[in-house]
Amino acid sequence: MKKFIEGSYAVAEAVKLCRPGVVSAYPITPQTHIVEGLAQFVADGELKAEFVNVESEHSAASAVLGAVATGVRAFTSSSSQGLLLMTEVIFNIAGMRLPLVLACANRAVSAPINIWNDQQDVMTIRDSGWILLFAENIQEVIDLHIQAYRISEDHSIMLPVMVNLDGYILTHGLEVADMPSQEQVDKFLPPYKPLYKLDTSDPMTLGCLAMPEHYMEARVAIQKTQEAALDFIPKVAGEFKKVFGRESGGLVEAYKIEDAKQVIVAMGSIVGTIKETVDELRAQGKKVGVLKLITYRPFPKQAILNALKNVPEIAVVDKSISLGSNSPLYTDLTSAFIGQDKVSKISGFVLGLGGRDITKDSIKQVFDKLSGKQVDCEFIDVKKELLEEEYAGN
Amino acid sequence: MPETKILYNPGHTACGGCGQAIAARLVIEAAGENTIIVNNTGCLEVFTTKYPESAWGVPFIHSLFENAGAVASGVESALKFLGKKEGTNVIAQAGDGGTADIGLQALSGMWERGHDILSVCYDNEAYMNTGIQRSGLTPFDSNTTTSPTGKESFGNPKMKKPVPEIARAHGIPYVATASVAFVRDLQNKVKKAISIKGPKYIQIHVPCPLGWRHEGAQTVTVARAAIETGLYPIFEYVNGELAGVQKIKPKPVEEYLKLQGRFKHLLKAPEQIKKIQEIADNNIKKYGLKLEA
Repeated sequence: MKKFIEGSYAVAEAVKLCRPGVVSAYPITPQTHIVEGLAQFVADGELKAEFVNVESEHSAASAVLGAVATGVRAFTSSSSQGLLLMTEVIFNIAGMRLPLVLACANRAVSAPINIWNDQQDVMTIRDSGWILLFAENIQEVIDLHIQAYRISEDHSIMLPVMVNLDGYILTHGLEVADMPSQEQVDKFLPPYKPLYKLDTSDPMTLGCLAMPEHYMEARVAIQKTQEAALDFIPKVAGEFKKVFGRESGGLVEAYKIEDAKQVIVAMGSIVGTIKETVDELRAQGKKVGVLKLITYRPFPKQAILNALKNVPEIAVVDKSISLGSNSPLYTDLTSAFIGQDKVSKISGFVLGLGGRDITKDSIKQVFDKLSGKQVDCEFIDVKKELLEEEYAGN
Repeated sequence: MPETKILYNPGHTACGGCGQAIAARLVIEAAGENTIIVNNTGCLEVFTTKYPESAWGVPFIHSLFENAGAVASGVESALKFLGKKEGTNVIAQAGDGGTADIGLQALSGMWERGHDILSVCYDNEAYMNTGIQRSGLTPFDSNTTTSPTGKESFGNPKMKKPVPEIARAHGIPYVATASVAFVRDLQNKVKKAISIKGPKYIQIHVPCPLGWRHEGAQTVTVARAAIETGLYPIFEYVNGELAGVQKIKPKPVEEYLKLQGRFKHLLKAPEQIKKIQEIADNNIKKYGLKLEA
């Protein structure tokens, strides 16, 4: 059913339709509406679940870990410092091969403290073994959560999935989106069938100590599963289309890149802004396009190479930075081209940190600069005068 | 003899005379097979779950050092959702560091929320798994690797953190201390605790021959001396009220201290012994431990 809905409540409704048995979270802006929505569903009896109000994000992640280990579908949500506090548990959940869905309302990290959007938070856990999905708009927010459970709980995967949605832009923005029916979701997403669980009728030990003769294989197994997920994620998107009637999910989405001379690669809500800019520039006769990454982990190297093989100039725009190096997405993308016969010119740009506005003009600057000298890490819309004033002499 | 399931198998890799290894077995055998164990990182998890083996005959999960309280909360919530909580015990267990220090926040949350979980602290009074570093439950003047004795130090300068009092302040229905030296009392307390709905806390004194520096065969002797001197009071609070203590004919604290290398430096320091005797005397007074003839 089409409805005009805020992104956070869209997450809450989509998750409710997935019928989790345990929900646990700790408040952090701009994630709070998500769990407030779920708490209300539980309070109203619309969602039969245990809602656990914990004392920190570390405990929120730990509580849902315990719930999934006991064989019950669970959900948590966080952002920024909350995700950083969870980090230890985030790695643990993936290592224990427990399926879980977490919504991350992407936000800047301290210091300085800043509650506005960028994607530096999720980049801190990109190596954790989680499958990382990024939503462009509220429809995708809904669809990716439903697909996330399907991917995570499949016995060939058994890895947690994080659905990333840009803080404020998507969490507090309102859009018209189609909220599926319970029947549709039930048809697409069967009840969780644990592969292993804590059960007194069949006791097993979870979370063993692995010595050097066993540890490495456990990590390699996750890497192999991540590779397998590159095939499985599009398959789930295909099944989703059959039930819900729309294309959503998968690895990448190409927008006007067939004949493009310049393509921007990006993730999240910024892609909407880029698409509009592409339309404007195309109206002026410029051959530009955008490649959206929906799936960031596993990194869809082959899908990207296939999409970009004939594009001479590629810009990576990222709302995060690996300080002292380049943006994570830029590093990933350039490494994908290693060993290819034809390597395009690839430049890296960082923008929108801590909620700095990203306008169509910002995107036009990227296309302009892309024609110039190749750059690894150029910041867009930085106030030079502020840098000089504030950091003079440093 | 009736056939019983083995809930805690031999063959684990604990040191000889490990008080925690004995107590952990007593706890799970008292709790029975319908129990799920959530274990913080520490000696117990390490010596019982080295892949591909496990000593546990009950469902067991280890996640991290500090989160047993929160993981157990999730386990219990999931059991409730499944309608399986009735008849299933959940035990969250940890060492003293995992309880009094790094794991206290998660335990506090678990107690405050009122989950039907028994938390057990195996108190061997230091971080033994990492090599005998001081914890919040290390006793006064104990020589550990991070509270070493020296020209200007008699060892750990702080008193034991009053974790049972902290637990009690949460308003939970059952708080007790126990000792590996008194098996029946320990097992009765576990059985009593799991019969009560809500959060429960039992802190068990478990000597560590390696860290305390005594012979493995002396574990029970040392544990008993801790009680008999008044340095480890054994008590039980039900619904916030003191419901019972183990009465003693108090012995001087030297009788306990002299058994262990970690206190060896005190035997030539009478003023320190005096301070420790005061700790024991305070316990005896506070909990009414003295057996009146």
